[in-house]
Amino acid sequence: MTVRLSCRIATDAGDTSVNAVFQGIGASVRRKEDLRFISGRGNYTDDINRPNQSHAIIKRSDRPHARIVSIDTNAAKAAPGVVAIYTHVDLEADALGGVPCGWQIHSKDGSPMAEPMHPILASGKVRHVGDPVAVVIAETKQQAKDAAELVAIEYDDLTGVSSVRDAIAPGASQIHAEAPGNVCFDWHIGDKELVDAAFARAHKVVKLDLLNSRLVPNAMETRAAIGEYDSMSGDYTLYTTSQNPHVIRLLMGAFVLHLPEHRLRVVAPDVGGGFGSKIYHYAEEAIVTWSAGKLKRPVKWTCDRSEAFVSDAHGRDHDSVAEMAIDQKGNFLALKVSTLANMGAYLSTFAPAVPTYLSATLLAGVYKTPAIYAEVKAVFTNTVPVDAYRGAGRPESTFLLERLLDVISQETGIDRVTLRLQNFIPVDAFPYQTPVALQYDSGDYQTTLTSALKAADWEGFEGRLASAKAKGKLRGIGISTYVEACGIAPSKLVGALGARAGLFEVAQIRVHPTGSVTVFTGTHSHGQGHETTFAQLVADQLGIPFNNVDIVHGDTNKIPFGMGTYGSRSLAVGGTAMVKAMDKIIAKGKKIAAHLMEASVEDIEFANGNFTVTGTDKVKTIGEIALTAYVPHNYPIEEIEPGLEETAFYDPANFTFPGGCHICEVEIDADTGVVSVINFTAVDDVGRVINPMIVEGQIQGGVAQGIGQALLEHAVYDDEAQLVSGSFMDYTMPRADDLPNISVGTETTLCTHNALGVKGCGEVGAIGSPPAVINAVVDALRDYGVRHINMPATPLKIWGLINAGKLPMAAE
Amino acid sequence: MYDFAYEKPTAIAAALATLKSHADSKALAGGQTFIPVLKQRLNKPSVVVDLAKLGLAGINVTPNAVVIGAMTTHGAVGGSAEVNKAIPALAHLASMIGDWQVRHRGTIGGSLANNDPSACYPAAVLALGATITTDRRTILADDYFQGMFTTALEEGELVTSISFPIPERAAYMKFRNPASRYAMVGVFVAKLPAGVRVAITGASQGGVFRHAQMERALSANFAASAIADVTTPADGLNSDIHASAEYRAHLIGVMAKRAVEAA
Ligand SMILES: Cc1cc2nc3c(=O)[nH]c(=O)nc-3n(C[C@H](O)[C@H](O)[C@H](O)COP(=O)(O)OP(=O)(O)OC[C@H]3O[C@@H](n4cnc5c(N)ncnc54)[C@H](O)[C@@H]3O)c2cc1C
Repeated sequence: MTVRLSCRIATDAGDTSVNAVFQGIGASVRRKEDLRFISGRGNYTDDINRPNQSHAIIKRSDRPHARIVSIDTNAAKAAPGVVAIYTHVDLEADALGGVPCGWQIHSKDGSPMAEPMHPILASGKVRHVGDPVAVVIAETKQQAKDAAELVAIEYDDLTGVSSVRDAIAPGASQIHAEAPGNVCFDWHIGDKELVDAAFARAHKVVKLDLLNSRLVPNAMETRAAIGEYDSMSGDYTLYTTSQNPHVIRLLMGAFVLHLPEHRLRVVAPDVGGGFGSKIYHYAEEAIVTWSAGKLKRPVKWTCDRSEAFVSDAHGRDHDSVAEMAIDQKGNFLALKVSTLANMGAYLSTFAPAVPTYLSATLLAGVYKTPAIYAEVKAVFTNTVPVDAYRGAGRPESTFLLERLLDVISQETGIDRVTLRLQNFIPVDAFPYQTPVALQYDSGDYQTTLTSALKAADWEGFEGRLASAKAKGKLRGIGISTYVEACGIAPSKLVGALGARAGLFEVAQIRVHPTGSVTVFTGTHSHGQGHETTFAQLVADQLGIPFNNVDIVHGDTNKIPFGMGTYGSRSLAVGGTAMVKAMDKIIAKGKKIAAHLMEASVEDIEFANGNFTVTGTDKVKTIGEIALTAYVPHNYPIEEIEPGLEETAFYDPANFTFPGGCHICEVEIDADTGVVSVINFTAVDDVGRVINPMIVEGQIQGGVAQGIGQALLEHAVYDDEAQLVSGSFMDYTMPRADDLPNISVGTETTLCTHNALGVKGCGEVGAIGSPPAVINAVVDALRDYGVRHINMPATPLKIWGLINAGKLPMAAE
Repeated sequence: MYDFAYEKPTAIAAALATLKSHADSKALAGGQTFIPVLKQRLNKPSVVVDLAKLGLAGINVTPNAVVIGAMTTHGAVGGSAEVNKAIPALAHLASMIGDWQVRHRGTIGGSLANNDPSACYPAAVLALGATITTDRRTILADDYFQGMFTTALEEGELVTSISFPIPERAAYMKFRNPASRYAMVGVFVAKLPAGVRVAITGASQGGVFRHAQMERALSANFAASAIADVTTPADGLNSDIHASAEYRAHLIGVMAKRAVEAA
C-alpha cells in the first residue's frame, strides 16, 4: 500500500508554526544547536588545545609523480623549536600499516581489485600533488612551518597523468606496480546478453558520451586532528573532524597503528560540514596519534584551505558512454553504460563502492528499463584520491540518465515529460525489482512529477520564453526525475557486495530519574541538525517535552559502537534504532506501571507520555515510572532490573529510496554566455518528514551544491597532473547571489521497512538537481543545435557553443 | 607568515625613513593583497610599515576633480555621496570590488601600487587620465602603469593621493571572474573634454591598457553603435580555465558597448 502525504514547505521569519507549542514529528522546530554555532560557542577540533601540545605540519609533494631520491631532514631538525621530524622510515620501523580501503570490488574475471599500499607517509614514490612525505612537529605552528621549508626532498620526476583516458592509454606512466595499465578493477553488473539482444532488435539506439566533473568538497571547516597519549594509562585519544568516530577508531586502530580499541578514544566534536569528505580515515589522523605516543605529548594538525584542496578526497570524476535502445514509441528496451572512474592516486576508504554499487545499481532510475548492463573500469591517476561526495554515485547515474532522456526526446521528438511518464515505474509496481540488484520498496514518481510541474508552472513557460526573447535573453527549462538509494545499509547485502564493515546503527536511550532523556547515537551531526530532529522524534514518541531530550554523539567513550553519518542514513537507520530502543523503554515501563497500578501488563497502554490502565482512569507518567525505576522501593525487583536505559542496534532490511522531480529555469545572456538560474523547484519524496524546515534546508543546501556542480565548480588538473583550480581564486564555490530562490515541496510515500517510514533527505538535492540545470541550459540553446554540455556549463563553454560556427571554440 | 617587525608611524617622513633604511621593508595598506601573500610565505619582509596613521584617507571634491587619499577604502569611495555625484562610474566601480570585508579594508592606494592585471581601479585611473601623487612627485596615468604588477613607483615611494578629472560621461562594466570575482574583463569608458578614453583591465598579459581604436570611434561618435564593428585581437590577451584569449577579446567588445550605453 502506498501512503501519500503532501506538503509545500514555506518557512519564513513570520511563520507562526516555527516554535509553536507542538514540537513533535512534523513541526518546524528551530534548530537548538544553532545558538551555539552562530554565537561562536561551537567546539570544533581546532578550538581544542591540549596541555603541552605540539604542532605538526605536513610536508607534501609538489610533484604529481616522482621517485623520491632522498629526504634530508638534518637542517630542519636543527631549526628552532623542532620537536621531531618523521618520514616513512620511522613509520616502517614501527611496522605501521597503510591507509586501509573499506570496500573490495572483484573484476569481471573474479579477481580482486588491485589494492596497492597507501602509505601514511610516501615511501619510494610520490603519486599526487599533496601526497604527504614528512611530518614536522615543533613547539609552535610557525616553527613547524619554518622547519618544513628546510626539509630537502630530492625527486626524480616521472610523467604525471590526470585523466582516466590518458591513464589507460598504452604506454601511460605506471602509478603502482600492483596495478598494470593503472587499472584498479574492471567490473560489471547486469545481463549483457539480454541487453545485446534488445539492442539487436531496437528501433533506435541513442548514445551519449558524458563526463561527471571532478569536485573539491570544501566543507567550511577544514580538517584538523589532535593526537594525545596518556602515559599513565597507555590510552590514546584522537580529536578529529570526522563524520564517524567509531569507523576511524576501527580503521586506524586495527589496520594502521595496531592499537586495541579499548586503548583508543576518538572524539569528533562539532564538525563544520563534511559532505562525505570527512568519512574517510586520513593519514594525518594516524600521524598525530602515533607521534603523540612517540613524543608523549599531544600533537595538533590543522589543515590550511590550500592544503585541503590537495588532501581532502575529491568527488565524482566519471567518464561514461551511455546507450539506450528504444522501440518505435520511445519505450526503453535496454541500457548499456560503460564508465571510467577516476580513483585518484590511492584508494580512499569507500572509493571502489562509489562508481559500482552506489552508482551502477541506480541505472534503472525511475524507469522500467527491462535490461541493463553496466561496466566500470576504475583507474589510478596522479590526482588526489576520489571518494564519496554528497550523493556518492547517485548524482553520477542520475546525470547520465536524465541527460540521456533529454537527448532521446530531442532525437525522437517525443516530449520530454511524456517520455518520462511513459517509462516510469508505475505506482502499482512496488516493490519493484530493478535489473541491477536493487529492489525499490515504495515511490510515486508520477505524483512528484505532476506536483513539480504545477509548482514550477511548466505550462506557463512559453509565455516566459516570449518575454525573455523580448528582452534579448535565451530562456530554457529543464526537468529531472530521479530515485536514489540511501539509508545505508543492510549489512549482509553490502557485505556480499564487498563492504568490509557492517552498516547498522545504534541508539542508547537513558531516561533519567526525573524523566528527562539523553540519547546516545552512533550517527554524527555535522550540520544536519540532528540535535533537533532526534530530540523531536524522541520527545514525540515518549510524550515528553522537546527541551527534556538531549542528543549525544561523536565520542567513542560515550556512545555505543555506531557507524556514523553519510549516505542519508542517520534518521532512517539511526532514528529507527532510537525507535527500537524506545520500544524497549516503553515495554519495561509498562511492566513497572502494571506493578504500580496493580494491573496486568496486557492492560497497560502508553500514549503521550502516560501509562494508563485500559478502561480505568488510572495513570502514571513516564517521569513517575522513571523515578520508580531508579528508586525501586515499591518494585518487582525479582522480575525486572532497576533503571530505565535501553540500547538497540538496528540493521536495515533494505536501502531507502527517496525520489522526486527537480525543475530548473534559466536565462542566458547570449552575448556573454552567462547563465542565470531564475527558478528552481524541487518536489521530493523523502518519506515521513520529522522537521519540514530542516528538510527544506537540507534540500536547498543540496540543490546549491548541485547548481554549483552544474554551473560553477570544477577541479581542473592540467595534463601534467598539477591542480590548476587549487584555491578559491580559481575554484568557483557557489555563492548566495549565484542561487535563485529554491522552492521545495514534498510528496510522501512512506518507506515500508522502517518503523518511521522515513527515507532520508541529505543528498537528494545534490542528486536530482545537476541534470535539471544542464537540461535547462541545453533547452535554452535549442536554436544553436546543442546536444549536450558537460558540467560546469561556464560562460566560456556556452559562448563557445553559441559561436561554434564563427570560432573554433571546442565545446566539450 | 614569516616573522617581521611592525611599525605604525604617524608621519610620512617617518614611514619613508623606515622604508628607506630597511632592506625588504614593505608598506601595508588594507592588507587585502599583502596579507594573503604573507600568509602564503611568498614574501619575507624585514619591517612592515602600516600606513593607517599617516592621514592619507579622505575624499575631496572640487569643481574639476575628485581627489582621493591613498588610504581611502573602496567602501568609503563607493559610499561617498560626493563621488557618486561627481563621478558615479568611479563610485560604482569601487562598490563592485570584492565583497564587504574586502571593500572595508582594501584601499585605492594599495590597489594602484599593486597594479594587479585584474584589478578595477587601474581602468578608472587610466580612462579618466588621473594623476597619481606620491610623497615626491606626480605621475600621469599614462606613465604610471608599466605592465602587470609593475608601476612607475620607485623603491620605497608611497602613493599619497589620486586626482580624477571629472568627465562628461563615464561608466565601468565589469565581467567578473566567476571564482575570484576580480575583473576577467573590465572596461572603463570616459568622455572628457579632450576626447574619449577607453581602458581595459583584466584582459591583457600586460595589465591595463587603452583601446585606441575604440577611443577614435567613440571620440567621433559616443554611441555603442560606433564600436559595433571594432574587434580586439586576441594576441597578448590572457588565457586561463575561465576564459580563452578569444573569449576575452569578445567580452571587451560586449563590455565596452554596455559601458557606452550606461555612461
Ligand atoms: C577576496 C578579494 C576580492 C577582491 N576583488 C577585487 C576586485 O574585484 N577588484 C579589485 O580591483 N580588487 C579586488 N581585490 C583587491 C583589493 O581590492 C585591494 O585593493 C588590493 O588587495 C590592494 O589594496 P590594499 O589596500 O589591501 O593593499 P595592501 O594589500 O595592503 O598592499 C598591496 C601592495 O601595495 C603596497 N602599497 C599599499 N599602499 C601603498 C601606498 N599608498 N603606496 C605605495 N605602496 C603601497 C603594499 O606595500 C603592497 O605591496 C580583492 C581582494 C580580495 C582579498
